Amino acid sequence: MLPTEMNSVGDECLELKKAYEECFNKWFSEKFLKGQTEDTCAPMFRVYQDCVKKAVKERKLDLWELEKSVLGTEKEKKVPDGSEK
Amino acid sequence: MKVTNWKAADSSKEKSTATMGKFYGGAVTYKWNWDQVAQAFWQRYPNPYSKHVLTEDILSRHVEGNRLYTRRLMIKTNPVPKWGERFIPSSARNMCILEESVVDASSRTITTYTRNIAMQNVMNVEEKCVYRVNPENNRWTVCEKYAWVTSSVFGFGSAIQAYGIDRFRKNATKATRGYEFVLERLFMPVLHQQLSSRDKLKDKAIKVAQAAKDKAKDSISTARPQPS
Repeated sequence: MLPTEMNSVGDECLELKKAYEECFNKWFSEKFLKGQTEDTCAPMFRVYQDCVKKAVKERKLDLWELEKSVLGTEKEKKVPDGSEK
Repeated sequence: MKVTNWKAADSSKEKSTATMGKFYGGAVTYKWNWDQVAQAFWQRYPNPYSKHVLTEDILSRHVEGNRLYTRRLMIKTNPVPKWGERFIPSSARNMCILEESVVDASSRTITTYTRNIAMQNVMNVEEKCVYRVNPENNRWTVCEKYAWVTSSVFGFGSAIQAYGIDRFRKNATKATRGYEFVLERLFMPVLHQQLSSRDKLKDKAIKVAQAAKDKAKDSISTARPQPS
């Protein structure tokens, strides 16, 4: 059987991730897409996020790179001239 | 079965210049409405075409007005061709991918920007996708994809870039198939089950055929007369 859920970077975060995603997916389709943007899953997210942050640190991933923003900044690569559409 | 098309070859653009590395641009049409594509965007993994994706986590998320900003971290296996082993240490065989995204519920667009973290000098892949309502058919969604592959490995840069763009194209096809699979699972569950079992039968048939072929090959090679 194909697994129906993804692993987390930290095994210990998996249960928190599942609980949060269940809340989020429901909120996203039933609220957010309909214009109700108050994020009612935020408290669950914070608990899950703390766990992921710890796991990322333990794995010595490049935190600076992970927190850097590219989308919406000048660092985005440009589509070369003449390639648009 | 929904058919997903890359735009005809002449409208997908590939460019190569010294300063920017290799560029790829193309578009995919999903025969699903934008709301469905948006919901599936967060449930894309796992799928049968994503076995190389090991973990998926949301690093940060916030809402601003009608926009949802998210940073998603994925760890993928990173198969390295024989000739690439000299540039990439075995400790780095798993690749971290960071995806930034903005879902705009009022303009009905999703914009994503995805890049690899670490080893950007060896090979750096950046991809931008914009999902919007198909202007020709508002029940469908179009995804415009752009990718940039650069490498600063002296003397090998262009070989690595060519390899990178080729792998990008293969992975993009897999990603699209995986997305379709998830859309069917979410929004056409009955058909999806039928398709999955049909695929399983097909897989089995292919395996049996391959085994028979291998066996035949073996017996041919053993039966070959020895030169005297």
